[in-house]
Amino acid sequence: MVKTWVKRLYMAFIFLLLYLPIIVLVVLSFNKSKARVTWSGFTFQWYANLFDNSRITDAFTTTLTLAFGSALAATIIGVVGAIGISAMKKRNYSIMLGATNIPMLNAEIVTALSLTLLFIRFIKLGITTVFIGHVTFGVPYVILNVLPRLRTLNKNAYEAALDLGATPLYAFFKVCWPELMPGIMSGFLMAATMSMDDFVITYFTRGPGINTISTMVYSEVKRGIQPEMYALSTLLFLLILVLLLLFNFLSGRKNSMEV
Amino acid sequence: MNSPKKTWFAFPYILWIIGFTLIPLGLVLYYAFTGADGGFTLANVLAITEPVHLKSLWTSLKMAFLTTLICFILAYPLGLVLCSLNLKKSNFIIFLFILPMWMNFLLRTMAWQLILSTNGVLNTLLGFLHLPKVHIIYTFQAVLIGMVYDFLPFMILPIYNSLSSIGDDVVEAGKDLGAGYFTILRKIIFPLSLPGVISGITMVFVPSMTSFVISNILGGSNTLLIGNIIEQEFTYNFNWNLGSGLSFVLLVFTLISMGLMSVFDKSEGGTNKW
Repeated sequence: MVKTWVKRLYMAFIFLLLYLPIIVLVVLSFNKSKARVTWSGFTFQWYANLFDNSRITDAFTTTLTLAFGSALAATIIGVVGAIGISAMKKRNYSIMLGATNIPMLNAEIVTALSLTLLFIRFIKLGITTVFIGHVTFGVPYVILNVLPRLRTLNKNAYEAALDLGATPLYAFFKVCWPELMPGIMSGFLMAATMSMDDFVITYFTRGPGINTISTMVYSEVKRGIQPEMYALSTLLFLLILVLLLLFNFLSGRKNSMEV
Repeated sequence: MNSPKKTWFAFPYILWIIGFTLIPLGLVLYYAFTGADGGFTLANVLAITEPVHLKSLWTSLKMAFLTTLICFILAYPLGLVLCSLNLKKSNFIIFLFILPMWMNFLLRTMAWQLILSTNGVLNTLLGFLHLPKVHIIYTFQAVLIGMVYDFLPFMILPIYNSLSSIGDDVVEAGKDLGAGYFTILRKIIFPLSLPGVISGITMVFVPSMTSFVISNILGGSNTLLIGNIIEQEFTYNFNWNLGSGLSFVLLVFTLISMGLMSVFDKSEGGTNKW
């Protein structure tokens, strides 16, 4: 067997590799000097500047709105679509599954390019086109999360509800919905996360003046990075940390309650 | 509740796929095989044989191969180590290992530019130690480091998932029959973890072959991947036909690599990526 200290050392090594960039960003966000990496004293100035910089706050708002909106649309289309697909015969079912996998397996740049080719023929590039792009790569995550749950759904309970006089819609929301909910939730969250992290699709399908955090960072890197970016990174990292801890805590508590 | 009527629920989604997945891909094909005048031509696709394009395709394949290999070498032992931890602690530790993945990937790549640049963190540290500076930014190696960093979690997760689902009983059985640690690893653990390894390879190889952002930020104009060429043709030269032609080549390479993976992957259910 491998010695425990070797294991620990190896874990520490990968851990350091993964966190090194984040540590650098956090340290630099408190650095007084505008020059890149020489430490010249502690400051909160970049955090203060962050909220005055409308470019950054706009990009932040756009990112969140886009993530929430596109994930919501993707969830609606995906859940309704998954119900339809689950009722299909085997052949159509696998055709639909294959089609669903296209945006997930295709190279991002090809997806982005193909959408742009469509958009420039019919609509002006703007926030709508970015939205459509994000919904397009978000729907598969919802479908792939909801379909397995639909397949294991207890059909007898739904039919029993109908026999007892419930309308199909009422029966669906009372009987099926609670069982589908975890799948729908994780589909929604994945679609939102993918939207927030997306660069390529947004970069190609956006109109002038539209920036998400990703595209803004990209142009900053090209022009020369401002220290406000470090402050932004630190805040985003903290936000993610809190959200994930909260999510883990909540789902952990729910699991232990179920047991 | 399987009524034929219910399949109609899929209708909006089918329309969406046709409108925003199939027709756009059809347009890529259309542009790829037509010239500026609209007539049929193979020139855009055959343009891949031009030395510049061929070189960048080769660089992309080499980059993707090395990224996948290094990610595997780093991730597999980590998966083994994580699996050997006791269960109570391990959830939190795995959480810590995935956490950086949730950070915006452009910000993470930007951080690597800060670390690797000529007056960056790495060279400052080397300066403190009175070691000579290294010039790594805007090279193949810099892009490789960025790629490995960005895609490593996609290798760790599936490998860890498949390793942790191996029962203790098969390992114990191997031990009882007198196998040493490395024999067990080679004969039992590795074959059983293969589905995870394959899905890890797929999730790292294709994105690293087709990426253009990381090479743009860390490679400058020295390391042109095929993605960079397509992006340039599309956004700067407005040559959609050539851009589509090269995208078609990329599409073919994506399909080939997926086909190769699925030959190795005998198990079903590759959709569970998380």
